[in-house]
Amino acid sequence: MTTDIAANAQLYLDDVRVSFDGFKALRGLSLTIEPGEMRAIIGPNGAGKTTMMDVITGKTRPDSGEVLFEGGSVDLTRLDEAAIAELGIGRKFQKPTVFESHTVEDNVYLALKADRGPLATLFHRLNAEEARRIDEILATVKLGDRRHELAANLSHGQKQWLEIGMLLAQEPKLLLVDEPVAGMTDAETMETAALLRRIHDSGKSVVVVEHDMAFVRELGVKVTVLHEGGVLSEGSIDHVAADPRVIEVYLGR
Amino acid sequence: MIGHFLVKGLDRGVAITLLVVLAIGVLIPASNLLLPEGHALHVPTYLLTLFGKYATYATLALALDLVWGYCGILSLGHGAFFALGGYAMGMYLMRQIGSRGVYGNPILPDFMVFLNWKELPWYWHGFDHFGFALVMVVLAPGLLAFVFGWFAFRSRVTGVYLSIITQALTYALLLAFFRNDMGFGGNNGLTDFKDIVGYNVQSAGTRATLFFLSCLLVAVGLLVTSAIVKSKLGKVLIAIRDAESRTRFIGYRVATFKTVVFTVSAMLAGLAGALYVPQVGIINPGEFAPANSIEAVIWVAVGGRGTLVGAIVGAVAVNWGKTWFTGALPELWLFALGGLFVLVTLFLPKGIVGTWSAWTAKRRAARDAAPAAAE
Amino acid sequence: MPFLARRLARLAVLLVALIALPFAGGSASAQDISAPLAKLATDSYADTGAAIAELAASGHPRAAAIVQAIQDGKLEFDAASHAVVIRGAASVVDAATGAAIATPPAGLSPVRVNNRVRTALAAAVGSLTLMSPDPVKRREAADAVFKSRDAATLPILEAAIAKEGDARIRLALQVARAAVILTKPEASDDARVEAAATIKERGDQEAVSLLRSLPEGSAKRVKDAAEAAAKSIETNLALWSSAQNALYGISLGSVLLLAAIGLAITFGVMGIINMAHGEMVMIGAYTTFVVQEVIRAHAPGLFDWSLTIALPLAFLTSGAVGVLIERTVIRWLYGRPLETLLATWGISLILQQSVRSIFGANNREVGAPSFMSGSLDIGHLSITWGRMWIVVFALSVFVGLILILKKTPAGLQMRAVTQNRAMAAAMGIRTPFVDALTFGLGCGIAGIAGVALSQIDNVSPNLGQSYIIDSFMVVVFGGVGNLWGTLVGALTLGVVNKFLEPFAGAVLGKILVLIFIILFIQKRPRGLFALKGRAVES
Repeated sequence: MTTDIAANAQLYLDDVRVSFDGFKALRGLSLTIEPGEMRAIIGPNGAGKTTMMDVITGKTRPDSGEVLFEGGSVDLTRLDEAAIAELGIGRKFQKPTVFESHTVEDNVYLALKADRGPLATLFHRLNAEEARRIDEILATVKLGDRRHELAANLSHGQKQWLEIGMLLAQEPKLLLVDEPVAGMTDAETMETAALLRRIHDSGKSVVVVEHDMAFVRELGVKVTVLHEGGVLSEGSIDHVAADPRVIEVYLGR
Repeated sequence: MIGHFLVKGLDRGVAITLLVVLAIGVLIPASNLLLPEGHALHVPTYLLTLFGKYATYATLALALDLVWGYCGILSLGHGAFFALGGYAMGMYLMRQIGSRGVYGNPILPDFMVFLNWKELPWYWHGFDHFGFALVMVVLAPGLLAFVFGWFAFRSRVTGVYLSIITQALTYALLLAFFRNDMGFGGNNGLTDFKDIVGYNVQSAGTRATLFFLSCLLVAVGLLVTSAIVKSKLGKVLIAIRDAESRTRFIGYRVATFKTVVFTVSAMLAGLAGALYVPQVGIINPGEFAPANSIEAVIWVAVGGRGTLVGAIVGAVAVNWGKTWFTGALPELWLFALGGLFVLVTLFLPKGIVGTWSAWTAKRRAARDAAPAAAE
Repeated sequence: MPFLARRLARLAVLLVALIALPFAGGSASAQDISAPLAKLATDSYADTGAAIAELAASGHPRAAAIVQAIQDGKLEFDAASHAVVIRGAASVVDAATGAAIATPPAGLSPVRVNNRVRTALAAAVGSLTLMSPDPVKRREAADAVFKSRDAATLPILEAAIAKEGDARIRLALQVARAAVILTKPEASDDARVEAAATIKERGDQEAVSLLRSLPEGSAKRVKDAAEAAAKSIETNLALWSSAQNALYGISLGSVLLLAAIGLAITFGVMGIINMAHGEMVMIGAYTTFVVQEVIRAHAPGLFDWSLTIALPLAFLTSGAVGVLIERTVIRWLYGRPLETLLATWGISLILQQSVRSIFGANNREVGAPSFMSGSLDIGHLSITWGRMWIVVFALSVFVGLILILKKTPAGLQMRAVTQNRAMAAAMGIRTPFVDALTFGLGCGIAGIAGVALSQIDNVSPNLGQSYIIDSFMVVVFGGVGNLWGTLVGALTLGVVNKFLEPFAGAVLGKILVLIFIILFIQKRPRGLFALKGRAVES
């Protein structure tokens, strides 16, 4: 029966457990993301959001549990970060990390889907198709006019957008986006929500981890609430907001 | 690809440096050979040898800059690759001595006869062929770097940890090569060379040729590293330097890239060592001393890490200073060198060339901005 | 070798004969010492030497007195009458009887002594004192028989065993007797098997080689018994030698611990790569040198206190230099470890050259106080007191440091700053001050390590260089940020090194340890006692 679910899922986590020196970061986390679904994940600090992302992207090996991709065909726990990225899982970090000594367009150029081997990169030449993709992506994330500047010179919000642009360049099937609007103005937050929805509309699965409830409401998708390394509640934003357990966790008492 | 690169890929600084290095490589030996002694422009042989040594150091600096300046791998053991290349060449030169050694043994080098060895150790076989020796010059350091890198980078040993174990690596080799039973001449190393491919190593013509080859190696090294750095591979290296884990998450195998670039760099260092040995006439375990490797780091830092031209400039400038100090004020040299380490890290983090290009870029920007403002 | 064996055999006969003196009193032949006495009157060195040996073998009650008199130059003879007398303070006595002589002959001259005679005398006199209470001499005699295995000594040995009061010497005598029996083909097999068991008690390499050198044609059960005893001794010896290696290893480990413990603070706790750490150790060693020079010049009586006086001074000197470095250079480089590495390497060069300019490039002599000389022996184990004190000292420093960090307010502030700088600053801790203090503490500890290391290493400007790589290896191996890891790391590396040495030699052993650590770091990049988790990686 679980296999049925797995077979139809884009991403399937079952009973995943991770502990660091006795601290249990994930205690039996189970989660299913359908193909083309957008999901918001919320939860207080220490709920296990970032550890969950680490497990999916191969940074952390779970102590036990299943992490399957593409209808259960790929076991992610056996692969390293690079292999998982090539499979089509893109990740945006909580703290924006772009390549600061590279220009904005080189950042996107490096992320473009292409052969990642050392020899291939040594002899690689930028072709017309790639140039077109870079133009397109820079237009999408509204950085076209700053393409020749070093990424270090971008504002915080622009770095967040550049990172989303790099995610798009990878042409992933699943995007993991960790706190995309942290430190953004309200206007930027709304624009980011719109951008993520556009990405979702183009047929990609998206998982957004976020604190900002206004932003989550703006996304208007199914919400999963994590708490102490497991799923506390799941449903529409109104459903989880009314869940007494969620209220207790968020408001205390 | 090469043609394309030569036309479009070469930036001005690199192109100028290439021309200067090649010009020096031709003019200095010409002056040494063709002009009479006492002529104002005659370069004496000792200076020729000295500059030849600088050229091999410059190549070592290029190799180091490739891994440190562009990929963030601070190797404190690059002297080991240099020395390994040197030993490979030294072994060839030892075999060329033949029966002209003190003990007159046609096969065994003197130190083996002295140690009462009866036959050549297996790893000395083949070194009587120049071609084989040349392959080993590249292969020995390359293999060591590959194996070391394979383990270290796959285990994600980074930053100072990596620096410290590279230092331990060269230290272990230092201790090993000091041992007589390793079969590399122990404490005294390899020396008393006679011929290289049939020419007397001491002769003016050979020295001039070796000098030219050293300059050629700098030029080729600069060309190759420049090609690497300008390519997409070079951009990946810089990406690794700045945000290793981000690079990994967009799908690049960081360990593979690091291992590749570390190995290439070690091979280049090995070639430099191979040209160093016939010019100075000796190779001994002292070349493995951790202090040597870390001194090479300061050449790159002074010149400007992350600028290939800077590595060359730094190597020549610091060694020129060393030659001058150890001649004029020997007891002050370590103060000067130590001070250089401190001052460069505190006040000149980009090095000479890095600071210069930042300054010229700023001036250019100001000049470009001025007419715009006037309009 | 045969020459040595013959000499030993002769010596053994002599010694055993001397032991036997009191028991042999009744024998008529032993009573007659006229022959040796006559030889003493010939004024020939060869005769004198022979006479001394015969006297010693004679068992005569006067022998001791006569030999002593020759040594004191008081034995005189009359060339004409061949009378031999001993000249006392007031009177002259007859050598053979001890009776006073009222009118000594006129032409008396002393029995002359040359080197050969002196050798004979030394053996005879030494053995004669062995008869008297000195147990060391008795033991030497027993060992000499063990080596010579002269069957002629057997009856005398048995008498000596019966009389001996000291259990350890009696054992030595019994082992000597067993050695004689074991190698005597005529002895009964039972006696020889029993002898093999007795020899086992001796328990050293010589016993093993004796047990392995049975004469041709010995019965199989004798051979088996001897082999079994030899095996048992070897197992025992291997155990002891392991224990000795472990002891050496702990000694080396404590040296590593001393060298690394300051680094465990600056690198392990603060994360500063201080390549000048070794030079802090060197400064401590030179402080010791200066203190000793001052004491030698002004207060020689205080010499035994020199190290005690040097300790606080070395701490302060190295600590002050450390604070200076931190304030002038390192604080500008926080968060840039590779730059810190390079800058501190530069500082190390400057410090080395400064010391070379002030004190010269040569090794400086640092003396050991009297309580550190000599060695401590337990069973087959031996360690010099100097090394022993360094073990004790290293552990004390370690415990002291733990206490400072865990129990004092300053230690609390240090831990607070290193764990969360911003929070500590917000709580009113002066973080720059604490940084300087912590770094100074690490350097100061390196300084007092230098005091101890001055006792076992050459005090030269290069002293620090030889410790820097080892120290980093210890800290990295043990796990950064964990003092206990440094302790375990240092002791492990010390012991491993010493156990490798017998097989691989000192240099190769060290190389193997380095390779081991390099591989180990690949496997566990964060050391033996690594902190795990997400926080560590940021």
